[in-house]
Amino acid sequence: MSARDAILKRLRERADGALSAPESDFAVVTGRGWSRDERLERFERWIGSVHGEVVHAAEEGWTDVLAKVLADKGVRRLALGKQHPVAVEARRALVNAEVELVDVDRDIEQWQREQFDDVDAGLTSTRGAIAETGSLWLWPTPDEPRLISLVPPLHIAVLDAGALEDTFFDVIEKHGWANGMPTNALLISGPSKTADIEQTLAYGVHGPRELVVIVRHADDVAESAARQ
Amino acid sequence: MSEQTAGVQTYTPREFHRQAHDALGNPQIRANFRKAMDGLMAKRLDSFDDWDLETLRELGANIRLRALARLPDLLEKLEANCEANGIKVHWAEDGEQACRIIRGICQDHGATSVIKGKSMVSEEMHLNAHLEAAGIEALESDLGEYLVQLNQQTPSHIIMPAIHLNTDEISEIMHDKTGTERTRDVDAMTAAARQQLRERFMGAGVGVSGVNFAVAETGTLCLVENEGNGRMTTTVPPVHVAVTGIEKVVEHLRDVPPLYSLLTRSATGQHVTTYFNMISSPRKEGEHDGPKEVHLVLVDSGRSSIYQDNELLDTLRCIRCGACMNHCPVYTRVGGHTYGTTYPGPIGSILSPHLMGLEETRDLPTASSLCGACGEVCPVKIPIPDLLVRLRRESVGEGRGNVAGAGIKRTRKEAAAWKGFQWLATHPAAWRAGTSVAGRLRALTPTRLGAWTQHRSAPRPAATTLHALVKQHQAGKTDKEER
Repeated sequence: MSARDAILKRLRERADGALSAPESDFAVVTGRGWSRDERLERFERWIGSVHGEVVHAAEEGWTDVLAKVLADKGVRRLALGKQHPVAVEARRALVNAEVELVDVDRDIEQWQREQFDDVDAGLTSTRGAIAETGSLWLWPTPDEPRLISLVPPLHIAVLDAGALEDTFFDVIEKHGWANGMPTNALLISGPSKTADIEQTLAYGVHGPRELVVIVRHADDVAESAARQ
Repeated sequence: MSEQTAGVQTYTPREFHRQAHDALGNPQIRANFRKAMDGLMAKRLDSFDDWDLETLRELGANIRLRALARLPDLLEKLEANCEANGIKVHWAEDGEQACRIIRGICQDHGATSVIKGKSMVSEEMHLNAHLEAAGIEALESDLGEYLVQLNQQTPSHIIMPAIHLNTDEISEIMHDKTGTERTRDVDAMTAAARQQLRERFMGAGVGVSGVNFAVAETGTLCLVENEGNGRMTTTVPPVHVAVTGIEKVVEHLRDVPPLYSLLTRSATGQHVTTYFNMISSPRKEGEHDGPKEVHLVLVDSGRSSIYQDNELLDTLRCIRCGACMNHCPVYTRVGGHTYGTTYPGPIGSILSPHLMGLEETRDLPTASSLCGACGEVCPVKIPIPDLLVRLRRESVGEGRGNVAGAGIKRTRKEAAAWKGFQWLATHPAAWRAGTSVAGRLRALTPTRLGAWTQHRSAPRPAATTLHALVKQHQAGKTDKEER
């Protein structure tokens, strides 16, 4: 008998008899009822508590904020997609900038060393975020592959203010994750960190040292400016 | 310090008493653990501040119980959905078989170096030694695991493998083994390790990781981490092998958030980890990174035998957060290595006897004062103290006898003594006669009673039994009333 069949047989022929499965009540992980502003406030507070930086921008002109972040962080080479509107707008805005734009629609085998050694930042879109834990939700695509949010020392993520849910449970349920999962789904809450050396927190152990979230507000510029 | 770097130290559960004695005499080890455990306990409490913790624990326990109730069906469903997604599923009866499967995958791809994400199951089956014997280098990439591996040790905690080492010791290890300049600057040490390991990620033929939750409904493997080494391990090498115990399966995707919430808060007091990495397939046509092959190795290794018994079954609910050891007064004092097992602390003491047999692990179920802290903090409400007592019964042959090595501690003398006690305690006349004699002969009580009197004085029967005292008291009262 194969290992598989032997294991399953033992489990099915359980000595103490079949077990009955209880129903689960998930109320404790949903139904927060936060307003849009409360969601944003919580998101910012939590991701800030783990060294994520949040900058606000109006939907129109968010790329000016991006350009400022790139300048402040001294980014010379930025990896980004080509098709997602975030990438399209960023490319358009940065066409005359000092920053060199690095294409990521190449198989990693062709440019692994370059990605590891010569890229200062990766720019990605996000699908949304979770207010309760300050987590970004990413589903990498061929346009924005998995490693550009991990390998460069700086990850810049663009988030729409209206795309926040209260809890992780709400994200899974409201967005029908169970109907079809992508190759890789990610929650990202802050830059890479470790406390393995005597419980002392250190950032940037394997992944990015810094995470900047640009939150885009669809409402008028004045309001989002006031938020800052 | 010299003790750690001088050579390979080996620990075995058979030597628990000697190892505990050594650890208790080592002020460095005691200080390192005390400091770490105090911090972790406080952080856990803070992180559950806004939560209805009891309701969340109920839900966590309930989700795990439901998964176990449907375990064979869910494993088949997981397999079917993984295979449909392109993940190849393997089954292993024991660690040895699992090691051979993983070695085979490495050899099929001509891989001579493997990079590893943190996996306790791979520790349990000694995967690194197995691969190295076959000429395949296995390198740990979790910073704590990396340090422990450099120091030729095993993890002393399931979440924080290098918790037994302090900053100076780590600086010394990195200097000795990698030539890193000595420093007390944790950022500098972390940056050095980052550089050393990045090269290795790029060169590795295979990435091996564990799994925190395997979702049957969608064929998804979930990994919880802070460092990013888990994402590197599962994304950079051309082949990813995930290895896990058969009990890690959950039924639905919606079962994951409550368990994830409980896991991070219970383990390190974090409200969330930096990364939650959910893998459902190898690289698809048109995608530019990620492994081209993903394998899942499901390991039994005694788990299906734990599964047979209604009481022992609770052991399999564990989500490996380590809260039980963080709160254990014994673990805090003797440290993780003393147990000599892959899983130390309370969870190790109820799990290891099934993995290794009671003959090897006979001292572990008694390495507890039964204070109950472990059961109280367990996020999935495993009644750890009850299970410790059950295994004590098994080891003296009074359980159901279905644990390997049951009865190993049974001695004829002790069994007869308890039988005699039982008879006495149920025969009042004999009991009274016996205790009265014991009281009169109390001067003859031995002062040396083995381990008991090493640090305590010997107990001595009272001159007058409680029974007799109560009787006198009552007689006195009656006298007064009559007067």
